[in-house]
Amino acid sequence: MAYLQGNMACVEGALRAGCDFFGAYPITPSTEIMTAMARRMPEMGRTFVQMEDEIASIAAVIGAAWAGANAMTATSGPGLALMLENIGYAFATETPCVIVDVQRAGPSTGQATRPAQGDVMTARFGCPGDYEPIALAPWSAQESFEMTARAFALAREYRMPVFVLTDEIIAHLYETLDLDREIEVVEHDPPCDLPPFGDARTCERTPMPKFGEGRKLLVTGSTHDERGRRRTTDPQAQMRLVERITKKIERDRKTLAETESYMMDDAEIALVSYGASGRSSLAAMTQARENGRKVGLLRLKNVWPFAQEKIRDIGGGVKKIVVVEMNCGMMRREVERFARAEVVGCHKVAGEIIRPDEIIEVIENVSA
Amino acid sequence: MSVPDVKKYLRSEAMPTLFCTGCGHGILLHCLLIAIDELKKDYDNMVFVSGIGCAAWIPSPHMAADTLHTTHGRPIAYATGVKAYRPDLDVVVVSGDGDIVSIGGNHLIHAARRNTDITVIMANNKVYGMTGGQQASTTPHGCITLTTPQGNPERDFDTCRLVLGADAGFVARETVAAPRNLIKVIKAALTHEGFAFVETVSTCVTHFGKMNGMPSPEAMIANLKEKSVRGTGTDLLTKPLEDGRFYTGIFTSGAG
Repeated sequence: MAYLQGNMACVEGALRAGCDFFGAYPITPSTEIMTAMARRMPEMGRTFVQMEDEIASIAAVIGAAWAGANAMTATSGPGLALMLENIGYAFATETPCVIVDVQRAGPSTGQATRPAQGDVMTARFGCPGDYEPIALAPWSAQESFEMTARAFALAREYRMPVFVLTDEIIAHLYETLDLDREIEVVEHDPPCDLPPFGDARTCERTPMPKFGEGRKLLVTGSTHDERGRRRTTDPQAQMRLVERITKKIERDRKTLAETESYMMDDAEIALVSYGASGRSSLAAMTQARENGRKVGLLRLKNVWPFAQEKIRDIGGGVKKIVVVEMNCGMMRREVERFARAEVVGCHKVAGEIIRPDEIIEVIENVSA
Repeated sequence: MSVPDVKKYLRSEAMPTLFCTGCGHGILLHCLLIAIDELKKDYDNMVFVSGIGCAAWIPSPHMAADTLHTTHGRPIAYATGVKAYRPDLDVVVVSGDGDIVSIGGNHLIHAARRNTDITVIMANNKVYGMTGGQQASTTPHGCITLTTPQGNPERDFDTCRLVLGADAGFVARETVAAPRNLIKVIKAALTHEGFAFVETVSTCVTHFGKMNGMPSPEAMIANLKEKSVRGTGTDLLTKPLEDGRFYTGIFTSGAG
């Protein structure tokens, strides 16, 4: 067993998964990831770069990915905002990479050392145009470790950027974790002659090519065909590209959208939460049960793609759904779209964790 | 002097180019390919990175090599990632003045400061061409553009001086009106170890020349010949020129 903070657990997960390029710019509360990488990557013969800003960081990550890297960056809200144009480029060019976003209180500079969960919609809709993201939401050091590793596998499998959305609490929370859990080491695709951007008619995965293999690759963020040739006024090409980068996720949404259920079978009140708020929710659930309230918890392990079926399937015995999150109701809106019971928010934007007693207060109110 | 056949370096499907009549970017493309041929470069081991704009089209889609056509202003940052991960690849950025020194100026000075081992070729046509002719940070004072209809009230960047200030190891400027010199300069840049910067003064008849008393390709080429003055790095820094004249040559080629 190890005793690490969430940020360090992200580092360990990334290194074990085969991360061999890290590019970033310092930003609280993610900085420990970068400083650890600065030491560990060269020790392991891997590449670390500190760039001049977050725009350059994600650009370097994408460039390295096309050179063959399992590449990653780490940032927080203001940095994520700067990265968005190039993250959209990674979606459009089907470039695998991992973005760890340690959420802090915003908007703008906000409270740099304080937690929030206000970036979930930035990950979902921050880039212009249509795309379907994957965003994992660890609630512990153990999950920070495992999910960061898994992000590399998902990025490679779906050929896209994958977000790990942690928050200041999980990032700086020290706890024991098992680093010996089996981690999938990401394998590089062998060279092949398939078109780099897939079959024109399907969203089947194509192996990720790389520079220096004589492929004469054309990589562009402009709308392109399966060989990367720009097709900037062709309606068919535009439809094909957007379908390709969205359908691959829609198709697998049910398996990608992982959740964890606690005492939902007889629940009359269902808490829905994720990340650090999920921990408070679990504590609140346990206390409420001791008080005789039939409360359950559905924890979202991925915020994107959204577990809409799981929300829809919340049973008829549930009278109220309480969404617990450190924002003004971002995921609540998403829950409302699919829930069959009334949805209530338990929100806090104070730059502080939501305490179990605050959740219990909401539970008591909706029970009255 | 015979000119090598460079067709093998081009994607035939991308020819003829989409460049306007009188655009100097085709000359730069040709000179770059001749330089690559004369140096007997392993073309499959080269990566060409560009941003957004007319000059970003010089490598992508014309060059039959690995090309990374990125976002506006960011090709140097992308190239830094490619080079850091695969130092064995020859990484060349070819993009315009808008990309390299306006929106992307920060990446330029940092790559120079770091002495990143890439070659940056900036095609400077002194205007935003692809969006129809707006003022760039390289538009000379007084020039007419769509966003400076009364004449540009601002000064322009001397990008060579800028990167010299950031201690770039190789800095040169040449014009598309002097292709033999341009080939020599590009060859020297491509063989330089460390960061190399080549400003290529190009021509945009459509959106710059026509609005500034140079309505034909001939007039623009004549203007480049008339205004360029052979100079050294010391001249560049200490003896500023007036009347729109500018120094050309290799201003430094020492260790970065």
